Amino acid sequence: MDVPHQQEPVVQRLRLKYAKRGRLRFTSHRDFSRAFERALRRAKVPIAFSSGFSPHPRVSYANATPTGVASEAEYLEIALNQVVDPDAVRASLDAALPPGLDLIEVVEARSSDFASRLEASRWQLVLPGVEPEAAAAASAALLAETEVIVERMTKDGVRRFDARAAICSLELAKVQPAPPGEIGQLGAAIGQLHSPSAILAAVVRNGSPSVRPDDLLAALRVVAGLVPSNPPLVTRLAQGPLNASGSVVDPFDPDRE
Amino acid sequence: MLPLVSKPIQYVGGELNSSIKDWDSADVRWALMYPDAYEVGLPNQGVMILYEVLNELEGVLAERTYAIWPDLEKLMRANGVPQFTVDGHRNVADFDLLGISFSTELGYTNMLSALDLANIPLQAIDRTMDHPIVIAGGHAAFNPEPISEFIDCAVLGDGEEAVIKITKIVREWKLAGCPGGREGVLEKLATAGGIYVPRFYDVEYLADGQIKRVAPNRVGIPLRVSKHTVMNLDEWPYPKQPLVPLAETVHERMSVEIFRGCTRGCRFCQAGMITRPVRERSITGVAQMVQDGLDATGFAEVGLLSLSSADHSEIGEIAKGLADRYEGSNVGLSLPSTRVDAFNVDLANELTRNGRRSGLTFAPEGGSERMRKVINKMVTEEDLISTVRTAYENGWRQVKLYFMCGLPTEEDEDVLQIAVLAKRVIDAGRQATGGKDIRCTVSIGGFVPKPHTPFQWAAQCHHEVVDHRLKLLRAEVQGDRRYSKNIGFRYHDGKPSTIEGLLSRGDRRVGKVILTAWQRGQRFDGWSEHFSYERWAGAAADVFGESPISLDWFTTRERLETEVLPWDHLDSGLDKEWLWSDWREALDGEEVEDCRWSPCFDCGVCPSMGTQIQIGPTGKTVPLISISPMASA
Repeated sequence: MDVPHQQEPVVQRLRLKYAKRGRLRFTSHRDFSRAFERALRRAKVPIAFSSGFSPHPRVSYANATPTGVASEAEYLEIALNQVVDPDAVRASLDAALPPGLDLIEVVEARSSDFASRLEASRWQLVLPGVEPEAAAAASAALLAETEVIVERMTKDGVRRFDARAAICSLELAKVQPAPPGEIGQLGAAIGQLHSPSAILAAVVRNGSPSVRPDDLLAALRVVAGLVPSNPPLVTRLAQGPLNASGSVVDPFDPDRE
Repeated sequence: MLPLVSKPIQYVGGELNSSIKDWDSADVRWALMYPDAYEVGLPNQGVMILYEVLNELEGVLAERTYAIWPDLEKLMRANGVPQFTVDGHRNVADFDLLGISFSTELGYTNMLSALDLANIPLQAIDRTMDHPIVIAGGHAAFNPEPISEFIDCAVLGDGEEAVIKITKIVREWKLAGCPGGREGVLEKLATAGGIYVPRFYDVEYLADGQIKRVAPNRVGIPLRVSKHTVMNLDEWPYPKQPLVPLAETVHERMSVEIFRGCTRGCRFCQAGMITRPVRERSITGVAQMVQDGLDATGFAEVGLLSLSSADHSEIGEIAKGLADRYEGSNVGLSLPSTRVDAFNVDLANELTRNGRRSGLTFAPEGGSERMRKVINKMVTEEDLISTVRTAYENGWRQVKLYFMCGLPTEEDEDVLQIAVLAKRVIDAGRQATGGKDIRCTVSIGGFVPKPHTPFQWAAQCHHEVVDHRLKLLRAEVQGDRRYSKNIGFRYHDGKPSTIEGLLSRGDRRVGKVILTAWQRGQRFDGWSEHFSYERWAGAAADVFGESPISLDWFTTRERLETEVLPWDHLDSGLDKEWLWSDWREALDGEEVEDCRWSPCFDCGVCPSMGTQIQIGPTGKTVPLISISPMASA
């Protein structure tokens, strides 16, 4: 009888922070995980494999952003069968991934329970065709409610849940930055990046029920009838523990001590 | 727009190993199109090779574009966004050349969508200096007559050297201030060899609808256009940097072409006929491409590609050498194997030394012994059964068998023989493993006669006959409870094959049918959810009207030796007399050997094209290299 190939033991765990930028915000989580596993092979990272008849590389993903949403703060953890220099992994994996999927930081895991540290996310929502005053008023109206029921289509049908409780803060962004550049003459038309009229900043708790940027926009529609003229451009700017003043802090802090 | 459509990732480019060159520093700019969905088109080797060959040239830029799904097409039309390249997101109309690779005729309507979205006039003669030169390539370009009014030219044969030649001609023409305008450059192309410019040929017809003659309509244009053949594949190790998409595609692996051409002589196989002679990549060349490709892509699986991979003169050494090199590295190797013999099982065993043995595929193509003689697929039933037994004994859990239905001279009982074979396969598996739970999947495709094959004269089987035979076969397989659970049965109805037949062997008069069907909404002909036989048949009936020609005339009519075929002025090297005698021999069930290991049978390709068979053995082996992981800290 066949026995599964015995895999080498795990000797090191690394935590990675990466970004999903520009056009590659349209990468789905499945697309990303395939690209990442190929990048591990190209970069010859000594990734550990699970045991069993079809071994797969030991990668743990956390809280992936929805397809179409850009991110400056995605996280994952990998298990290795050799000890390597985290900075070397950052450089070689970044080179092995296509531009737009960019590795920002790699640290060695020195603490446990990383996933639960990703308590909340800070989002930026660019709302085309919306006046800043209207966005501010809608945000205030949403925060004034204690409960806002939204609907989401899932594969099991329509789900109804409260989107308000998870929202820690929601306001007009202090700076109204220009949207990230698109490559090519038709980039703007295809990506439909109109110059923004309003940019919102939000801090939303991760966890159950998970309230995604879409749900937040649905809540704004429910309470104030706010509907952007084109699909909003959403970016996750940060993820991590919430501090006393309601800001999102760096989840790698315990690993750096 | 992209947030509103399904799978937007397919439109954004940014694949690993793709490149965006500076527009202004290029003087010749190519848009390359595979006229099907991105998930099918991206892995296409032809486009990938030309993309890399062209981008390696100084001053030349190549970008890719694929067929747009109807959801995005609608938004693009509403917002005035033209057909764009995925690399630079540039308007396809702004390029100097638009090269479209047709593996099959089912991309014709998608070409019209792309031209229309790009605001390029559909009719080639309506185009001006502001529009790209539209070039068709790929196997379907060996009879481009049905799309001749939509294309400016067609390239016959291997594309690597042809695109370089075309680039040179277009560059010189542009530098000289575009003498003669569009026609000027087309004349230069038409006389360069291997390039067919349909507008320089006139077709005359007889009263019964047949072609009277095809002749050049101006001086200096060659009577016939001959295909181009690349010799010495080791000089063309492309793709060196295979594209790695973010989106999921039909092939999640890297392919290395181990040889081009095939002389097995299967009479239905257009690819085998038009790509002669066999030209092998050397064992060291293959080994190098596998390693470079893995380094460049990070793929975990490598397919050794060709028309019949087990026929490489050193395939045993290649399989063993690569299996040794990648042992324990989690890299999988595969041979898209189709030949039925025990050697093939040995090869598959070698390549899956430490991997899983899931399914093995064989293609007997014909259900009965008699049928296999007609198509020159030299496999006996005993060969098949003993091969399959070996496979099951070696731990393979499933066997897939490919067949065709609607072959010339076929009767109901030839097709029913497929059921007999499948049951014997299950019996062999039960004997070999001692278990009852054996799987065998039977896949059946409708046969479409293709130009430049011995079956180019054959009457295509009517789709109702094909459907009837498949129904009988299905009843035969499912009616026997001892086997029905073990045999999977996959087939499509015969109607799409009829339309493929019309497009394959059609002449210039079919162009109007394509245009009409497209205007009535026909797109994505290779996708059953988008294909409409009624729309095609209706378009054909309306266009042909009371004339002597019809959908049936192009498909189910047998041609005579004397008939001028629409592609006779396009030279694949095959001698028409040889093709005819091979067709007659097929009807008598006479087989023909492979010229790699038996004397030349005068198919005509080598002398007329100035080529010869290039095969080993070289006696070399796969160099063992150390696969070093990244340096430890």
